[in-house]
Parts: sequence; structure tokens; C-alpha cells
Amino acid sequence: MSTAIHSSAVLQAKLWYAQRISAMVLGLCVAIHLFIMFYAIRGGLTAGEILGRTQGNWLFAIFYEVFVLACLVHAPIGLANILRENFPRSSGLIVLPWALAALILVLGTAAVIGVFTGGVGR
Amino acid sequence: MSSRPTLDHRAKSHLSYFIYMAHRVSGLLLACFLPIHFFLLSQSLFGADELDHYLKLTDFWAVKVGEWGLVTLLTIHLVGGVRLLMIEFGTWRGLRKGWIQVAIIVSIISGLLFLALAG
Amino acid sequence: MGLIIVKNYFISIKNLFDLTFTIPRYNSTMSETNLKVKVWRGAEQGEFVEYLVPRNSNQTVLDVVTYIQRKLDPTLSYRFACRVGMCGSCAMTVNGVARWTCRTHVAKIVEGDALEIAPLNNLPVIKDLATDMREFFNKWKGAVGFFKGEQTRHDDFAIVKPDSEERQLANAGIECIGCAVCYASCDVVASRSNYLGPAALNRAWTLTNDVRDTQQLDRLRAVAGDAGCHTCHTHGSCTERCPKQLEPTAGISGLKKLVARAAVRGTKWGKL
Repeated sequence: MSTAIHSSAVLQAKLWYAQRISAMVLGLCVAIHLFIMFYAIRGGLTAGEILGRTQGNWLFAIFYEVFVLACLVHAPIGLANILRENFPRSSGLIVLPWALAALILVLGTAAVIGVFTGGVGR
Repeated sequence: MSSRPTLDHRAKSHLSYFIYMAHRVSGLLLACFLPIHFFLLSQSLFGADELDHYLKLTDFWAVKVGEWGLVTLLTIHLVGGVRLLMIEFGTWRGLRKGWIQVAIIVSIISGLLFLALAG
Repeated sequence: MGLIIVKNYFISIKNLFDLTFTIPRYNSTMSETNLKVKVWRGAEQGEFVEYLVPRNSNQTVLDVVTYIQRKLDPTLSYRFACRVGMCGSCAMTVNGVARWTCRTHVAKIVEGDALEIAPLNNLPVIKDLATDMREFFNKWKGAVGFFKGEQTRHDDFAIVKPDSEERQLANAGIECIGCAVCYASCDVVASRSNYLGPAALNRAWTLTNDVRDTQQLDRLRAVAGDAGCHTCHTHGSCTERCPKQLEPTAGISGLKKLVARAAVRGTKWGKL
């Protein structure tokens, strides 16, 4: 078997594995997140309420950053699978999962830092 | 003269296919939503007032409907995903039809719970 | 006699310039219970042609196809062999779903009085209801779906405990007779022409659980990659439709784990 096919096979296997492991992490995170959300939205949601819970809270920060990193692995691989299946001849579309990964990492971490610090000003 | 028939809805009319499609569509829509969700929350970087300014957008009923949709989609994707993990990593016990029913019921409950709590 | 009149009726519709419509569809010599059977005629290009077939109790779809070929249109091409649900040769697409026609009672799947019979999906059509099965069996080979051991007739028998975990896993999948119903039902086969497919992967899985086989690393390499087990997206039509109630989804899940482990950590047979 040529090395080119070989390394693609190893890559496919590792991507599958990474997506399933991150899925296990997300299973836990999403379940917890749903509970937190149902608790938090009672009677409406304000910034003050959110920040009151998250500001300076290391547990929340670590939990949500883990959540962001799990999404970072899970979502782009899922998107890549869908694209590969439905647009097999458009290899250029690979830019979309990378873009999604960048957005999740940057915006997600920004969100975690934001709610942890409660604002760093403009 | 026409082309031979291909797999159509009749081939796909079974429960396992339905939950596969629901899991895939929900994942896709959630992936599209996630950057927006993170962007909104990241406005907290600029202080509580800035975040509140964006949170006010969620008062529009159209946004509330969207949020209800997202909660439902998230639950479908969660339970459908756990079902897949059971299939791929658990002891083999068939296509886990029970989990499909749970996915449908729990996601409906989840959506209703959101509507009840969000007023 | 009544059926010849019906055949002429259809021919006269086709001749648009012939305005003589002879006899209405049903006359007193035909029973009310006729099946309207649309059958694919042609190859990749073609059309559905409708035949009227007398309806009986205890009638299978194979009975219907055989009736058409023997009594109505001898040019119809189709395959069957055992007609008792053992060989899998009679597999066709009936009302959109891949089935063994000899084991499909008309009463169970008829829509009103209509049937639609087409060749198996995902395989090239030779003619009418007969498909070219070569790619199906080539993929079986491609997945190293065949046994190779290292012992000879001069060695002792291999000892394989029937209740060992591996043997039980293998036994769960070895009854496959290569009918291609699963292959014809798979979305991924439809969208990706080189995907090995559920039957080939199922066979590979049974052989990875055969302790006597000596090609395991080659087999894992064969079922890895874009055309291999990880491309399965678990929509489950294969397991849903298998006429022998086999579960390719189980075997493919097993392969996914095995190949992932081989890629990341390595197995007892080596690393991918």
C-alpha cells in the first residue's frame, strides 16, 4: 500500500477517534450545561445574573474552556465528514472546517475570558 | 426513457435512518449557531452593560423561537450522540431503538421546559 | 384471453395516432383482484412498464415476476435460483426497498393493488432486473474478506473454542450469503463509489475474529481509509434490511475501534 493512502488511513482513523473522545467529553458537558441553563433562564436572563455566577469563578472557567476545546475538536471533524460525503469532488471546501475551528477557539475562549473577568474594557 | 431509480424516501423510512438524519441536521445547525453564541457571550469582555445590550436582542419572540429550536436540537444531538457512542463503544445490543424513542421524547420535554422557564 | 386484450389496450395507448380504444380495463372475464405491477425495463436508462397480474393468496413477488416473464413478456430478464430463501439470488428493489422477492409476500407490501419492481440499487444494471454483481464481490476481496491460514493438512486441527468471545463475534456474522441487499440499501455506497460496503466489511470483521487467520494487519489496512469502515455513518439500513437478520453495523463498529486502535496504539498484529 502506498504511503499516501497509508497516511490518509491513519489520519481518518485518528480523526474518528478524536471525534468520538470529544463526543464523550461533550456528552457530559452538554448535559451539565442544559441543567445550568434551565436553572439560569428562570424568570429571564440578564448580564448581571450571568456575570454574578461566572465572574472570578475558576470552576466555571475551567469547565467552559474544556467545553470549548471539546467543541473545537468535535464540530469541525463532523462538518468535514458531512462535506466530504456530500461534495466529494470539492476538496477546497476543507477551508470551512478550519474556519469553524478558528471561530470556535477564538470566540469561545474570548467568551470564557469575558465571563470570567466580567469585562476588560474597550 | 429515464434514468433508473435511486434510493428514495421509501428506502429511508425506518427509525434508525430518521434519528441519523436528525442527529446530522441538528449537529450542522448547532455548528452554525456556535460561533454566534460565543460571539454574543464574548461581548462580556467589554463589561456587563455591553453584554446586556446584546442580551436584549433575545427579547424578540423570533429569537426566543430560535432559542427553543436550539435547545431542542441540542437535546436531540446529545441523546442521538449518546446512542451512537453506545452502538460504537458499548456492548452490541442492536440499533438501540429504545434510545431513539428516548431522544424524541426527551427533546420534546427539553423544548417544553425551555418554554416554561423562559416565560 | 382477457389478458391479451389488456396488453393490446396498453399498446394502443402507446400508439397515439390509433384512436381505437378497444375494451375497458376490466371486463367480466377478469377478476377485480389484479395487481398493477410496474417493472423496470432497460438498463441504466429505461422505463417502468406496467403489467396486470392476477392476484392470488399466498403470492410472493417472485411469483409475480415469474408470471410476467412466462405469461406476459418473455423478454423480461431477472434472476432467481432456490426460490426458498436460501441463496439470495432473487434480491430486487420492491416498492423502493431491497428485498428477497421469494420471501416477500405480496400481501405484506402491496400498496393498494400496486407493486413497483426495480433492480437492486447501487449496482450496475445488466438488463431489466438483473444487476452486475462484480463490484460487490470485488470489494469483498478488497476488504481481504477471505481466509488464509498457515497450517497444512499435515498439522493438527486448530483448536478454536466455540464459546470464546472472538468465535461468538465471528459466528454472529458468518451466515452472510452475499445477496447484496445491504449494499443496495446503503446511502454511503450510493454516494461514494469506492466504499467497501456493509457486506465486505462484515466479512472482514468475522475474519478479524478468526484466530487462525494470518492476514490481520493487511486486513486492517484494507478496511481503513476513505473507502473503509470509518466512512460508515451508521444510518443502519444494512442491519434493518438484512434478510438473514445479520448486523453489519455491529461488525463495522468493531472494525472502527480496531482500526483506530491500530492507528493510534497498535494491536497484537502490529500498527497501521
